[in-house]
Order: sequence, then structure tokens, then C-alpha cells
Amino acid sequence: MVNSVTNLGRNGLADWLVQRVSGVVLLAYMLVVGFYLFCSGSDLSYEQWSGYFDSTFMRVFSTAAVLSIVSHAWIGLWSVSTDYLTERLMGGRATVLRLAFQAASAVVLFTYLVWGIQILWS
Amino acid sequence: MWQTVNDKRPVNLDIGTIALPITAYTSILHRVSGVFLVAGVALLFWLLGTSLDGPEGFEQAKACLASFWGKLSLWIVLVGLSYHSAAGVKHLVMDAGIGESMEGGETGAKLVLAATAVLAVLAGLWIW
Repeated sequence: MVNSVTNLGRNGLADWLVQRVSGVVLLAYMLVVGFYLFCSGSDLSYEQWSGYFDSTFMRVFSTAAVLSIVSHAWIGLWSVSTDYLTERLMGGRATVLRLAFQAASAVVLFTYLVWGIQILWS
Repeated sequence: MWQTVNDKRPVNLDIGTIALPITAYTSILHRVSGVFLVAGVALLFWLLGTSLDGPEGFEQAKACLASFWGKLSLWIVLVGLSYHSAAGVKHLVMDAGIGESMEGGETGAKLVLAATAVLAVLAGLWIW
């Protein structure tokens, strides 16, 4: 049996909503940065590029994107781990396996969070 | 096995024994691409961090993207991102109540695959 004690939003509806909102934020972010890169072409200079990410708007938007990646990935990895790392599919060790996978996921995503904030705000 | 009714995640289908429709494969691919992107996004973080680290870092990131393996790695990540995004948009469309029938789901799955193919070609043209 899989208990939902490690999910992000405490219930499925909250996770569903967070997954949608973070997905839309990331889609908007990809379109904005992709459009900028496409318009700049290959003669983009360091000054233009760093100036673009120095603006308050891009710092805030990028921070929102980093937070969205982390929460979106947590909900996704949690869903995958609670669907496949189960006693039905993995036998008696499933709970240990699942919690180990979730702990490793948390370490990776926390690293992304700190890394992203460090890139944007230092 | 799953004999109890108070099981929080009861299983009523053993999907290993039935033929799966195209929607099942695109759904599984959505998950696979998502797990892949957890690793793939590290390349994007590295590129962003290095390119913003100073003029030398910017040149280093540019040099990485000028190499064959740099281009190929970025292309693979962008293809994963394209598929995952297209499948995500399909979810939003279905959340709005559009394409929820079996035929609608199959059309949606095919549109997601077609959109990914187009985006993969566009990303390739852009990178090379």
C-alpha cells in the first residue's frame, strides 16, 4: 500500500493544480527566452545576454521558472515512484526503494533550486 | 496482491496483459520524457550559469554549443522538452473538456507526435 505522505500538495487536487500552473509558467518562460534567443541570432554578445538576465523582470521570471521546475519535477517524480515502485510491482522492498528514490529526487531538486538561485542572484 | 478493498491505489486492470492504444504509448512517453528532463535540465542550468559567469564563461558556453556533442546534447534535450510541452498542452486542452472521447484522445496523441516532429526539425535547424 502506498500512503500519500510525501506528495507536494497534501492532496491530489492541489498537486494537479500546481502541476498545471508550474507547467504554464515554464511554457511561457520557454517562449519568452526562446523568442529572445531566436531574435538575437548568432551575434548575441555577453553584454546583451547578461543585461537581459540582470533586469528585475527576468530575475523574477527566472526565479519563478526555477521554482516551477522544482515543484513540477517533484510532483512528476512522486507520481512515477508511487505508481511503479509499489509492492505489487517490486515486492516487499518497494517501500524502502520508493523512499530512497524520493530522497534522491529531493536532493537533486534541492540542488537545482540552490543552483538556479545562485545563477540568478549572485 | 491487491485483495483488499481499502487499498488506497486499487488496480483494476493488469496493463501488461492487454493491447495498448496509441494514447497509452504517448502517455508513457510523457512520463519517460519528464524523468529524462530532470537530468536534461542540468545542461540548460549549466549553459545559463556558465554563459552568465563573465565574458570567458560566455565564450566557453558558445564553444560548447559549437561542438558536435554540445549541439547533439542540446538537440536531444530540446526534443524531450518539445514532446513534454506538446503533451502538456494536450493535457490543458483536455482539462478544458476538448478531445476527451477515445477518438479525440487518439487524434490528440497523433497531434502531439506531429507537433514534436515539427519542433524537433525546427530545433535542429536552429542549432545547426
